[in-house]
Amino acid sequence: MSAHANLERRRQAIYGWLLLSPAMVLLTVFAFYPSIATLWSSLFSRHTRRNPTEFVGTENYADLFADPTFWLVVKNNLLYAGITIPVSIFIALSMALWANSKISARGFVRTAYFTPTVLPMIAAANLWLFFYTPGLGVLDQIGSLFGLPSVNWLGQPETALWAIIIVTIWKEAGFFMIFYLAALQTIPEDLKEAADIEGTSRWTYTRRIVLPLLMPTTLFIAVNAMINSVKLIDHLFILTKGGPSDASKLILYYIWEMAFAFFDAPHAAAITVLVIAVLGVVAAVQFLYLDKRTHYQ
Amino acid sequence: MTNSQFVVLKDVAKRWNGQLGVEDISLEIPEGSFTALLGPSGCGKSTTLRLLAGLELPDEGQILIDGKDVTTSAASDRNLSMVFQSYALFPHLSVTENVVFGLKVRRVPKAERQEKLHRALEITGLLGYENRKPGELSGGQRQRVALARAIVAGQRLCLMDEPLSNLDAKLRNSVRKDIKKLQRDLGITVIYVTHDQTEAMSMADTVVLMKDGHIQQVGTPEDLYSRPNNIFVAEFVGAPPMALLQSTAPDGFGEGKTIGIRAENIQIVPKGEGRMCCTVNESEFLGAETLIGLDHADATGLCVLKPGMATMAEGTEIEINFHDDNLHIFDGAGQRLPD
Repeated sequence: MSAHANLERRRQAIYGWLLLSPAMVLLTVFAFYPSIATLWSSLFSRHTRRNPTEFVGTENYADLFADPTFWLVVKNNLLYAGITIPVSIFIALSMALWANSKISARGFVRTAYFTPTVLPMIAAANLWLFFYTPGLGVLDQIGSLFGLPSVNWLGQPETALWAIIIVTIWKEAGFFMIFYLAALQTIPEDLKEAADIEGTSRWTYTRRIVLPLLMPTTLFIAVNAMINSVKLIDHLFILTKGGPSDASKLILYYIWEMAFAFFDAPHAAAITVLVIAVLGVVAAVQFLYLDKRTHYQ
Repeated sequence: MTNSQFVVLKDVAKRWNGQLGVEDISLEIPEGSFTALLGPSGCGKSTTLRLLAGLELPDEGQILIDGKDVTTSAASDRNLSMVFQSYALFPHLSVTENVVFGLKVRRVPKAERQEKLHRALEITGLLGYENRKPGELSGGQRQRVALARAIVAGQRLCLMDEPLSNLDAKLRNSVRKDIKKLQRDLGITVIYVTHDQTEAMSMADTVVLMKDGHIQQVGTPEDLYSRPNNIFVAEFVGAPPMALLQSTAPDGFGEGKTIGIRAENIQIVPKGEGRMCCTVNESEFLGAETLIGLDHADATGLCVLKPGMATMAEGTEIEINFHDDNLHIFDGAGQRLPD
């Protein structure tokens, strides 16, 4: 190979590495290193004044599996994810289909749906706290008009998690709707016209044409919703603090509590590792399995 | 058997927010014919087609298909098929699924569906591509899928909205012939929108030339070429377009009129024998002939065709002659005067 071709190749390689390096540095410092450090520290015992840190292998994990609170939190989170993901996707899709059709005040409808997403999490949670407050809250006020007794929605184990679930759906559906709206705009108008000429009903058109074309968006949203379902923490701080008696405690709150309320970093690290592993597996399944059945334009 | 009033439009008008869409559209299209709606972009030809298809509803007038008033009917009740400019293929469905989509919707039994599918794919030469998605096909193949979808519906009326405009020039030529043959073989009525006069003139039995939402002339391609109704038609149809002279330029035609003449009817003659004197401004070698552009103070678009390679130097003064029989005379308002 001639010298100048070699030089050109080296130049290209350096150029490539230069383009890669900012992202690589940031990801290493803030994602890869913390992940490995977490994994590492989950294998050591908790440091106290009397007992210095020592390698304990999987003991922290064994502790967790033996802890009923851990299993309660897992169950809570599964229920939370199992309800919020499908329901918010369904509502988002319905709202998008509606807001995309030729209705009057379309701009207003879209803005209204999107408002919950724009609100900061803490502000939204405070708003709902006001709705849920027994006696003073909007829900109770409305209930009392019909002579219903006051209910402490956030204060009893049977309803606390459900109250959180409703807030999440309210917040996520509008956000996901925006993705669906954007995807709907990319479906050409003449597909509808071609279907119309064949006498396709609205429902058949939606089911056979629109939904399949929205699959990439649905997949993206589903993965995001799943990740969000283990990321929720701000609402819990404001609304329930995980209570009463852990009825509304979710994974991230549990990790936070473990690390910063009980100062048990190794156990917190162990849960984090478990969460990352489960999320990784589920995302892989979603992408590998559903990707094959999804049409990308 | 053939119905001379298969598709009828009576005084149809469609306006967009009070602005002109189409106005006073009246047409009678016989069964089994090939009709082209021709005109520059924005002339209302696509609107007319969409009104026929039921994708738009007219503000005024009446539309009849096969003797039935369909003015306000849904698109699916008009018993027609349509080929879209963009083909409107469903991108996530295979060729087969795209073609039989309509049959499935109409709950045609599976055996019949298979038979029709096979026939449509055979006609359009798509056998072997059944399982491809539109994204895996070339432009010409996609176009044929759109045709197959129209054929498989088995409707007697087929509307086509600039079906060739996304194809390259060479392919356009061959598909043009395919479509024409298909229409004859199946005996269907085709209404075809195009802005390309070559397409309209070569395929259609009847050409409807439109401008600014109004029909300018309805007739055979020959009619439009040799008996244009007005100056617009004269200038639109034919390449090179008809040259227009003020009636005072040659002797004996009076004032205030416009005379049209085509390049092939003009001869270059020796000095002193011609009716007009012009200057050569360009020579364009086209292969079989050479197009020579001429300048004259009272004429626009004047040119003459010479066989073979026969370029002339710019600025050459020449004299031209033409026969009165080959002239088209228009009045001051641009309308054709009786011969």
